[in-house]
Amino acid sequence: MEQLKTIGRELAIGSHGGWGQSKEFLDLVKSIGEARSKAEEDRIILREVESLRRRIAEPDVPRRKMKEYIIRLVYAEMLGHDASFGYIHAVKMTHDDALPLKRTGYLAVTLFLSEDHDLIILIVNTIQKDLRSDNYLVVCAALAAVCKLINEETIPAVLPQVVELLTHPKEAVRKKAVMALHRFYQRSPASVSHLVSNFRKRLCDNDPGVMGATLCPLFDLICADVNSYKDLVISFVGILKQVAERRLPKTYDYHQMAAPFIQIKLLKILALLGNGDKQASGHMYNVLGDIFRKCEQSSNIGNAVLYESICCVSSIHPNAKLLEAAAEATSKFLKSDSHNLKYMGVDALGRLIRINPDIAEEHQLAVIDCLEDPDDTLKRKTFELLYKMTKSTNVEVIVGRMIEYMINISDNHYKTEIASRCVELAEQFAPTNEWFIQTMNKVFEHAGDLVNVRVAHNLMRLIAEGFGEDDEGAESQLRSSAVDSYLRILGEPKLPSLFLQVICWVLGEYGTADGKYPSAYIIGKLCDVTEALLCDDTVKAYAISAILKICAFEIAEGRKVEMLPECQSLIDELSTSHSTDLQQRAYELQALLCLESRAVESVMPLDASCEDIEIDKNLTFLKDFVQQSIENGATPYIPESERSGMSNVSNFKSQYQHEASSHMLRFEAYELPRPSPAHVIPQVSVPTPIADLFPVPETTCNSETSQASKLPSVAGASSAAHGIKLHLDGVQRRWGRPTYSSSSGPSSTTSTEKTTNGVTHIDGVGSQSRDKLNESRRQQPEVSAEKQKLAASLFGGSAGKTEKKATSTQRAPKGNTRNAERPGAARSRSPETSKEKAAPSVPDLLDLGEPNPTSTTIVDPFKQLEGLVGPTPMPSPLDNSVKTSGFETPDLMAAAYTDLPPSGSSSGSLSSTTRDMYSVDKTSNTATSVPSIKKGPFPQDSLRKDARARQVGVTPTGNNPNLFKDLLG
Amino acid sequence: MGIRFVLLVNKQGQTRLAQYYAEHLTLDERRALEGEIVRKCLARTDQQCSFVEHRNYKIVYRRYASLFFLVGVDNDENELAILEFIHLFVETMDRHFGNVCELDIMFHLEKAHFMLEEMVMNGCIVETSKSNILMPIQLMDKAS
Repeated sequence: MEQLKTIGRELAIGSHGGWGQSKEFLDLVKSIGEARSKAEEDRIILREVESLRRRIAEPDVPRRKMKEYIIRLVYAEMLGHDASFGYIHAVKMTHDDALPLKRTGYLAVTLFLSEDHDLIILIVNTIQKDLRSDNYLVVCAALAAVCKLINEETIPAVLPQVVELLTHPKEAVRKKAVMALHRFYQRSPASVSHLVSNFRKRLCDNDPGVMGATLCPLFDLICADVNSYKDLVISFVGILKQVAERRLPKTYDYHQMAAPFIQIKLLKILALLGNGDKQASGHMYNVLGDIFRKCEQSSNIGNAVLYESICCVSSIHPNAKLLEAAAEATSKFLKSDSHNLKYMGVDALGRLIRINPDIAEEHQLAVIDCLEDPDDTLKRKTFELLYKMTKSTNVEVIVGRMIEYMINISDNHYKTEIASRCVELAEQFAPTNEWFIQTMNKVFEHAGDLVNVRVAHNLMRLIAEGFGEDDEGAESQLRSSAVDSYLRILGEPKLPSLFLQVICWVLGEYGTADGKYPSAYIIGKLCDVTEALLCDDTVKAYAISAILKICAFEIAEGRKVEMLPECQSLIDELSTSHSTDLQQRAYELQALLCLESRAVESVMPLDASCEDIEIDKNLTFLKDFVQQSIENGATPYIPESERSGMSNVSNFKSQYQHEASSHMLRFEAYELPRPSPAHVIPQVSVPTPIADLFPVPETTCNSETSQASKLPSVAGASSAAHGIKLHLDGVQRRWGRPTYSSSSGPSSTTSTEKTTNGVTHIDGVGSQSRDKLNESRRQQPEVSAEKQKLAASLFGGSAGKTEKKATSTQRAPKGNTRNAERPGAARSRSPETSKEKAAPSVPDLLDLGEPNPTSTTIVDPFKQLEGLVGPTPMPSPLDNSVKTSGFETPDLMAAAYTDLPPSGSSSGSLSSTTRDMYSVDKTSNTATSVPSIKKGPFPQDSLRKDARARQVGVTPTGNNPNLFKDLLG
Repeated sequence: MGIRFVLLVNKQGQTRLAQYYAEHLTLDERRALEGEIVRKCLARTDQQCSFVEHRNYKIVYRRYASLFFLVGVDNDENELAILEFIHLFVETMDRHFGNVCELDIMFHLEKAHFMLEEMVMNGCIVETSKSNILMPIQLMDKAS
């Protein structure tokens, strides 16, 4: 037995010997393959790296051996271990004359080095040399390396040669040269801006491969500048037509589709060119219609092309017929059982509703299904669709759903996205301010650290300004409900900082406003906030200022403030804080506590946060005081310029100009707008000029004049630094009333009443949808009815979204009238939908145990092709033998190339000749080598042990999926 | 730039082939990224979509026996087409190796890379004809 194993091993090595693979390499691969844990794999690689480090530096390593070392280095890096000691050897290998070695060298270098690595400069020379090579395969290898290694600086070194190669007789070279130029364009568009016409030329290349590759750079170019390529619309349409009519060589067929990947690229390009261009779109209608008609719907690739056609149709100038076809295809996707197709369908629907929002209605149930699917991917895609179709009538349901989902995910990237979408939708479509506040609370509570600070300021503003000019009662009700909710929420652990800031501010302003809560209670709560573990300085500042406000209101009311011990200790702590800001606030509070009530009232007026503060920059209110002082013999104010001995100027305008022209250093900013030439009374010795020369931003003035507005204004300044400016006016218009059209009001209430299905309105609208959802989960048998109701609340009045999407407004009344009957319509549709579901649908993609369904129904595509090439059908064992064919002629590379037929004008004939040669070669070798050797009888015990686990017999054609296992067993 | 990376990983999460197109990642970045997305994809069931959103791009994946093919693509890429691109890659390898298995790719890592090099350049699919993809590799084999 032992002997047999040895023989087997030797045979295995022998069979691979022609590939230059040693036993060492085989053992390495085997042990990596067998490693059962990352730790074990790491150990193997570390050992390998150590041995390579030693051996690769030995003198006179044979070239083939070196190639193997390099591949072993690739393994080490691929598995996450540094192999930088060997980079130089990979670079050296690119100099090798033998193509396999050279190409391996290039491959390793592209895998190892980033494009700004120091070693790149050593390769540029080699690349230049190889680009001039007579062997087109060498040129191709160099061009592939160019795409990976050449950076902006080295582009000029190879650019002329690459441009020359665009007209190389070999199509493979032209194709790669196009892509190299594409790479240069990606890296530095300016470097090739004079060469882009070459892409247009290559679009007309005789070889479909070159043409197909050229679509990639053209796509990028068209993305950047559509208008310069409008003239190509006809060409693209023509090419697409030819492709769809199967004029390309059969080798481009894939699962009986004619060059689908080229079709998809063309459709992407047409979508760009036809966008908003009626004339260009007009050229496309015919071919798009053809594609819809012909497209195979049973295969994945057919659906991929269909999906791309839908995208194209929804992007170009609308055409009723095509939209109909697109909607039909979309509905097939949505009704499919395959999650992949559903996903594509939801995406396609999102594109189509931009043109015609009514399309969504038909698919409401399918969309709800996707929304409730346990698959996260599908769910997110559906949220994206819902986001696109949100309007004031369904915002509550949609945002409710989004928040519910947001709470349950841990992926911060997506959480941020969905939180900002919630905020956006809430700001845009909120039916009531109260709902808005509650929604914001939820967003803050669960994703507060992830939302923009601007959102917090908007929320504070809304609570402060409330309904603005509307009635006072509603305003105070809003505030006290906010206070109530915040006192409740404060019990939760780990609230985000931004949310705590909002809470502190609101409690400080309005905590005691309605007299419901005693001041001591609020102060106590605020002190608790500062004691939390994660409380940062900003929150502390907000909290202490809030305490200050409450104390101030109490004193102003004439009540005595009893200092709670925890509050006192907070003041003590903050007055010795490292933060001067906190210190200042603490001292201010202490000082305020000693003031009498009248003074306190003017320092800190009640509810002054939204008073408009007018800034008197000239400080005219001091005029009397100044006048009096002068009369009493005080020296009048001498402007700074005069004091420093400057020439006497009569007005500040000329003084300013003079100053600008003099060579004094200027310290004030240049760009600040000066409202009007300063009109100052020259006699008055008030420090006006200073105020005028250094215009103080309004926010700072705010904080000087009113403590109450201090916090928001400071924060406002900081957010301005981030480039986001708080709009101090017109914020109200963003939410609620004005956008909440009274006409859609009734329809929304009817729909929500229907959805609640008897659940009484107690908790406000926000929670209703959740109640309903919970209910829907509890009551399994009624699920479909519940879904319909959810659908009704989501899709009701689908056309009413005039605020967001600039879609046809004339549909709005139609949508509204349909509203009432929609739930009924949905119900009547449901049996039909379920029937559809039972229909046979697209095969499961991941079902690998079975032979691929597409290849069982149709003839194996490449078998067909092989039939075309040679009369003898080649069973797969023959393929295997090829592997062994090489080692007999190790150094015959040059001979092989000279043997090649001269590059003919017709690529088809050439490739078929070479393939013929190849197949002859194959057959001739079959006699000498046993096919079964190929899979290498490695009878090592361990390999056999987990053979099952590594049974990777990938057989899309399903010929002999167990070949691997059979050989080992 | 459509394709950001092509990754072959087996069921145990061990990398079998990795090619990045968007940018050159350091070893640590690669390790972290691969670990993250492999965990994400391997946890999914066969009934779920073959697409996963990850950070600001998507991963389209397909499983063949114990080997997962993961392709990271930009958000505007046609997912179904990428799924079929994976299949085309497997079919191409299958034509070359004959009943390709994980071991074939491991023993001939550079060849798998060469095929990918022919198919994808600058993150774009440039060649989809199997004979065009394999011709340079077969010529090279014969010459060596």
